[in-house]
Amino acid sequence: MPVEIPKDQWAGTVRLITLGATEADGGTRAHTVTVGGQKTLPFMNFEAESPNPPVLALEIKDRRPDDWSPLLLETWSEVINDPARWAEAAETAGADLIQLSLSLTNKDGEPNSPDSAVATVQSVLKATGLPLIVIGPGQAEADNNLLVPIAEATKGERLVLGICEDKNYRTIVATAMANGHLVTARTPMDVNLAKQLNILISDMGMPLDCILMDPTTGALGYGIEYGYSAMERLRLAALQGDSMTQFPMIVTPGFEAWKTKEAKVGDGVPESWGDWLNRAIHWETLTSMTLLEAGADILVLRHPESLKRLEAAIADLTTHPAVA
Amino acid sequence: MALSGIQIYKLLPQTNCKDCGFPTCLAFAMKLAAKQVELAACPHVSEESKSKLAESAAPPIRLVSIKSDGYEAKSGNEVVLFRHEKTFYHKPGLFIQVKDNQSADEIKTKITPVDEYQVNYVGIDLTMDGFAVKSTSGDPATFANAINTVRQVSQRPLILMSSNPSVISAGLQAIDGETPLIHAADRENWEAMADLAKQHKCPLVVTGDTLDELAELTEKIKAKGVEDLVLDPAGRNFNDSLIKLTQIRRLALKKNFRPLGFPVMTIPGNAEDPAFEAMLAVQSIAKYAGFIVLDTFTPEMAYPLLVLRQNIYTDPQKPIQVQPGLYEINNPGEQDPVLVTTNFSITYFSVANEVEASGLPAWLLVTDAEGMSVLTAWAAGKFDAERIAKSVKGFNVEEKISQKRVVLPGHVAVLSGELEEELPGWDIRVGPREAVDIPSFMKQTL
Repeated sequence: MPVEIPKDQWAGTVRLITLGATEADGGTRAHTVTVGGQKTLPFMNFEAESPNPPVLALEIKDRRPDDWSPLLLETWSEVINDPARWAEAAETAGADLIQLSLSLTNKDGEPNSPDSAVATVQSVLKATGLPLIVIGPGQAEADNNLLVPIAEATKGERLVLGICEDKNYRTIVATAMANGHLVTARTPMDVNLAKQLNILISDMGMPLDCILMDPTTGALGYGIEYGYSAMERLRLAALQGDSMTQFPMIVTPGFEAWKTKEAKVGDGVPESWGDWLNRAIHWETLTSMTLLEAGADILVLRHPESLKRLEAAIADLTTHPAVA
Repeated sequence: MALSGIQIYKLLPQTNCKDCGFPTCLAFAMKLAAKQVELAACPHVSEESKSKLAESAAPPIRLVSIKSDGYEAKSGNEVVLFRHEKTFYHKPGLFIQVKDNQSADEIKTKITPVDEYQVNYVGIDLTMDGFAVKSTSGDPATFANAINTVRQVSQRPLILMSSNPSVISAGLQAIDGETPLIHAADRENWEAMADLAKQHKCPLVVTGDTLDELAELTEKIKAKGVEDLVLDPAGRNFNDSLIKLTQIRRLALKKNFRPLGFPVMTIPGNAEDPAFEAMLAVQSIAKYAGFIVLDTFTPEMAYPLLVLRQNIYTDPQKPIQVQPGLYEINNPGEQDPVLVTTNFSITYFSVANEVEASGLPAWLLVTDAEGMSVLTAWAAGKFDAERIAKSVKGFNVEEKISQKRVVLPGHVAVLSGELEEELPGWDIRVGPREAVDIPSFMKQTL
């Protein structure tokens, strides 16, 4: 019985966004990474084109992290004391992108200085040819103090700078615009808030091919259903033609999963939680997998094993086998 | 697809005899369309119209149920493609597979921990649903033995897997009286499998490589009188499986395409790699599977899958609430601070997670704010000084601590004056606005 397969026709397309700039375009990256361009829901390649598969970033810090799970510290071993070597190791592990997250303080507990942050970014750019995402410590004043000199010192690299939030986005957007960078805009699990921040940023004159949106996802068991549905609704809105939602989505399952008790804690947890390391990697991987199904374009991870698994899953998700 | 009042009217006698209690057939048709009356109220309707109307009233995805002594796993009756459009109703069953060429000891060793497995998530005990027994031997007696072995350990519902009808028949006899799921009818064996399903009143999985083949088989099998069907579209990888499951769901819901209006089974266990298996199971949970067969069971894989299933199948209109009460974090003592928050699950998790991660002991006073977040509840008048004071008293906070001190969320700093009046003699502190700032607040201020 021949079944007529209904195909969805969408008016909208997710914007194409290129991260990083090679020498020809005024940067120093070995190559660039492009995301977006979908004309249909995630992986529905039987009905329309999705030119760019989702990509995977590994997150590194500018110094040994204070609050990361011991499992992560053990995995990355001594490179965590040197962001340049950490970036190299992340590239070797197979990352498409590096996210460098800056700390609020240096290892002696003093505020992170602009000079030192710029030097760190430059050392990472030298160590890897991958496009780079640079995220501030997450406090408005510190973010602006550090990100402005970084943006100026790396003019033309098409870094992604963040995080823009409704309370603090102007300075970051302005410096990104002035220096040829991109921004990531984060809102808390809500379609309208996401759209509103995108509008505010574009109203400043930011080119629309320089904005990524981070809808905030929660981890498995910690509110992922809200993030998941917000992402599905954002992507549906984008395909329906709503221009201010047509940005690729960057999500941070590494950060979300590794702050859960399930990933962070090995002792004194219920036996039904099983083996700690495997559980932690499942938490990161399966959170990521859920977000991929909802339309994530860039996933920022922390563990190299998760990266390896998701790389294989993405390859499989974007290949439609011929009918035998 | 539901018929309109006019479409129903055309199927009625159109005599306006009023025997149904309504003045005209059209009025009765309108009530039928609104599902406010039963068709049985009309004594004159033809048999042909009855069956047409019954069909139109049937759900677009049939509800199929597997039963054993004291257990049931069911799937179907879904009405949306995206959970935010309404909700997903029946959580997919998670089944662990054993093979009949394994020894009795091997089978018992594999299924005992699955049968006993129970994990608590936000106050709910989650368990696995049952087992799939697969015939690799091809021998009816061996298959029946394996099933008997499973039944010595677990009474959970079963899926019987073989393409050989005589093997399935032996399996069905071994658990006569139960309602297992038979896997599977294909283009070679469908007649014999349909006979078995009919004879034992069991649901039957239909498998085929293409949707064309599946649709053709379900029509033939339905014509033999078997209605409780499940589809196994035999997805060959992540992409193939996702696309087929999406197409089946769309056809059922948007086109009311009856030949594919059934729940779907996936077998991530065929991946032969536990990492892939877990990721495929995630895809199956998020995207439309009704029965999921796994080969690997470990607590560290089962736990996140059960939690994800719970999350995806939460009704978006009714957020998960946490039981109001006084929660202990990091074994607090009488000197430790009391932090106040609401019983919206995400709010609770964000706060509990940060406090937990800080390593500092604290009491977390979860106030009943009708499942709303701090700001929303405050704006709606569900999180005020009176309610907070009531929970301080109601949960006997005073008996647990020596220092009468509570910390309010920064967003409701405005309540501190009123709360001082409600709780005379208490030290009311104002904490940070965002959960992420709690650890540094606790370290520096408390």
